[in-house]
Amino acid sequence: MLKTFTLGGVHPPENKLSAKEIIKELDIPENVTVPLAMHLGVPAKPVVEKGYPVKTGQLIAKGDGFVSANIHSPVSGKVLKIDKALDVSGYKKDAIFINTEGDEWIETIDRSAEIIKDFNLSPEEIVNKINDAGIVGLGGATFPSHVKLSVPRGKKAEYLLINGVECEPYLTSDHAVMLERSEELMVGISILKKALKVNKAFIGIEVNKPDAIEKLSNIAQEFKGISVQPLEVKYPQGGEKQLIKAVLSREVPSGGLPIDVGVVVFNVGTSLAVYEAIQKNKPLFERVVTVTGKSLQKPSNFKVRIGTPLIKLIEAAGGLPEDTGKIINGGPMMGKALSSAEVPVIKGSSGILILKREESARKEVGPCIRCTMCVKVCPMGLEPYLLMTMSEKALYESLEKEKIMDCIECGSCSYICPANRPMLDYIRLGKNQVGKIIRERKK
Amino acid sequence: MNKQIIISPSPHVHSGQSVEKLMYGVIIALLPALLVSIFFYGKGAIAVTLISVASCIIFEFLIQKYILKTQVRIHDGSAIVTGMLLAFNLPSNLPWWIIVIGALVSIGIAKMTFGGIGNNPFNPALVGRVFLLVSFPAHMTTNFPYPQGISTPYISHIDGFSGATPLGIIKEGFKNGKSITELIGDVPSYTDMFIGKLNGSLGEIAGAALLLGLIYMLIRRIITWHIPVSVVGSFFLFISVLWIFSIDGHNIIMAKTSLNIPYISYTNNEGALVPFHMADPVFHMVSGGLFLGAFFMATDYVTSPMVPKAMIIFGVGIGIITGLIRIFGAYPEGISFAILIMNGFVPLMNRYIKPKRFGQTN
Repeated sequence: MLKTFTLGGVHPPENKLSAKEIIKELDIPENVTVPLAMHLGVPAKPVVEKGYPVKTGQLIAKGDGFVSANIHSPVSGKVLKIDKALDVSGYKKDAIFINTEGDEWIETIDRSAEIIKDFNLSPEEIVNKINDAGIVGLGGATFPSHVKLSVPRGKKAEYLLINGVECEPYLTSDHAVMLERSEELMVGISILKKALKVNKAFIGIEVNKPDAIEKLSNIAQEFKGISVQPLEVKYPQGGEKQLIKAVLSREVPSGGLPIDVGVVVFNVGTSLAVYEAIQKNKPLFERVVTVTGKSLQKPSNFKVRIGTPLIKLIEAAGGLPEDTGKIINGGPMMGKALSSAEVPVIKGSSGILILKREESARKEVGPCIRCTMCVKVCPMGLEPYLLMTMSEKALYESLEKEKIMDCIECGSCSYICPANRPMLDYIRLGKNQVGKIIRERKK
Repeated sequence: MNKQIIISPSPHVHSGQSVEKLMYGVIIALLPALLVSIFFYGKGAIAVTLISVASCIIFEFLIQKYILKTQVRIHDGSAIVTGMLLAFNLPSNLPWWIIVIGALVSIGIAKMTFGGIGNNPFNPALVGRVFLLVSFPAHMTTNFPYPQGISTPYISHIDGFSGATPLGIIKEGFKNGKSITELIGDVPSYTDMFIGKLNGSLGEIAGAALLLGLIYMLIRRIITWHIPVSVVGSFFLFISVLWIFSIDGHNIIMAKTSLNIPYISYTNNEGALVPFHMADPVFHMVSGGLFLGAFFMATDYVTSPMVPKAMIIFGVGIGIITGLIRIFGAYPEGISFAILIMNGFVPLMNRYIKPKRFGQTN
């Protein structure tokens, strides 16, 4: 029997349209917009000003405090301005605008194609270098990687888990990385293992990617303490807690972190970025992005510079179709619908999904018939129907008791509901309020 | 830029599951039993079902449109399910106006007064059925038609061609001091009862066909196994344990294994000590409304619990109360009352019985 997580889960159609597409490098855009808040935590502080010349890979904003991340220029050229810009969050936030001139990289970056396997940095040096390179979780959560690697006192990491699940329908960027950058990925994982001082790493991959499982399993034999764990296909297996449960049968306690059960989880894209930072001195300024959708002419996987307007990617994939109803940053289950295709690619952008108008509209909401499907599919063992009603009625104390803060917002409840009830919408509102109350109490 | 772009929170896709699909799934699962009923009871089964379904739809439409003045939702199929289930709980010779009253109570009182689909605490079809049982006892207890074949016309009250159900015959017989060996000749064979060749409510007779419907609903994942299995399982266990300690169980076990299990005796109204009589567990499984109740009535979404653990408690409660009523109660059959009683506990169970949470620490 294949391993998977035990509670809940759904099987949305996979629609991996771009699964067979090799990664293509996208032309460098004339202008890039680099938001200062592309990571979880405090926005970075700019270290350049209007008119400054910059090179590709040069530090342009410095992480502000521990939970923050450095930002490097994705292009060479001149800083046009530092101003507010609309980003994927839907808000206008501070960003550095750069006018591209040529593509001159900083000298320290090794641009050769050679794969360097040996490394002899100490764990502390690795963490510092990762911090310098501005690496954050590329799976979408964008949590600064050096924070995850700094295991708090009293806790011990036993296992490193590499997330190659990519359970979101449509998205294939991680799949492409696993196939095309396998060896570098393995070196990256070895580096992360050393930084965490663990002996064992597992790469979790769902069986809908048999080529990736085969390739990585073969290469893993050359690397000590890395093995591939094939997993049954089930959403949301890419959720950190679900992945740990699936691979190691350990349950992160309610309100806890993976490190509480001795595990640290990194995405495959992040592991590749770690390889590049440590072995090639290359900071994080480009990433692989899937551009996909049933109406799109050429669903693709692109390697693009951070700050590139999404519309450039869409144009390279055949242009925005006439009947577009939604442009989504991310996948269909957890991605964010955008108001504009002009917003830039950020570190956490794993995909852009174009939905047709007929796929975009929500259906008419009916009364709850208590069919229990939302309870059955909830991977956290919650009762979404109840959380929705309590959120509607603003019963925040009860919501906290019913563990609303455990919700990972995977959307399985709204996805399955036969009455089309927008459960997650209301749960988010409730979570927001309960979160506020908890923070107030702590003060 | 396209002005018609839609912005809404995730998820952006839906499974395509709908209330209609679920309800029509239940209707499909009910069809085998309806066909068996038509085969044995003829036009009566068709007529009673049509009258019941039509009245349920009409009452729901009228109440939504003219009294509540809300959106008309008869297309969701729930009124059809209620209508079919009510008909399944009625004899196929019931006069049309009694059926209409049953439908009015089911839809008007049990469902719509609470706000319609999703809000009613008690199973609408059962409320209708029990209302008719206590209001028209002559029609609803001793007047079940005998299975006479597909060409039987729909005529109410065919004296001589109708009588009590096997459960009723046994209950009445025990009351008059008869033993099971004297009574067993008055009821059909167990095989006949399992395929539906007996007198009873039109939908409850066909045990085999109802089982087929259950399998269909399980495969389509319309319901889970928890409620049907716990109702039937706990009922069977409970009846078996009682039976072992009855004189009838004692005699059979003694004859087959020479195990001398003591049996229960009690003092009757005349002051005489009499042994406790009981039909065997298999008889209880194939007669009465156990399968219809366990598979289709207790599993009603709205009036059953939300969490597997609670579903099992709910099912066991129904199984045991049904057994208690059948053996010790005034009525020969008790599953309708058992389900309604347990329906009453559902809000309490939903409140205190919680699913297994991820990462629960204790």
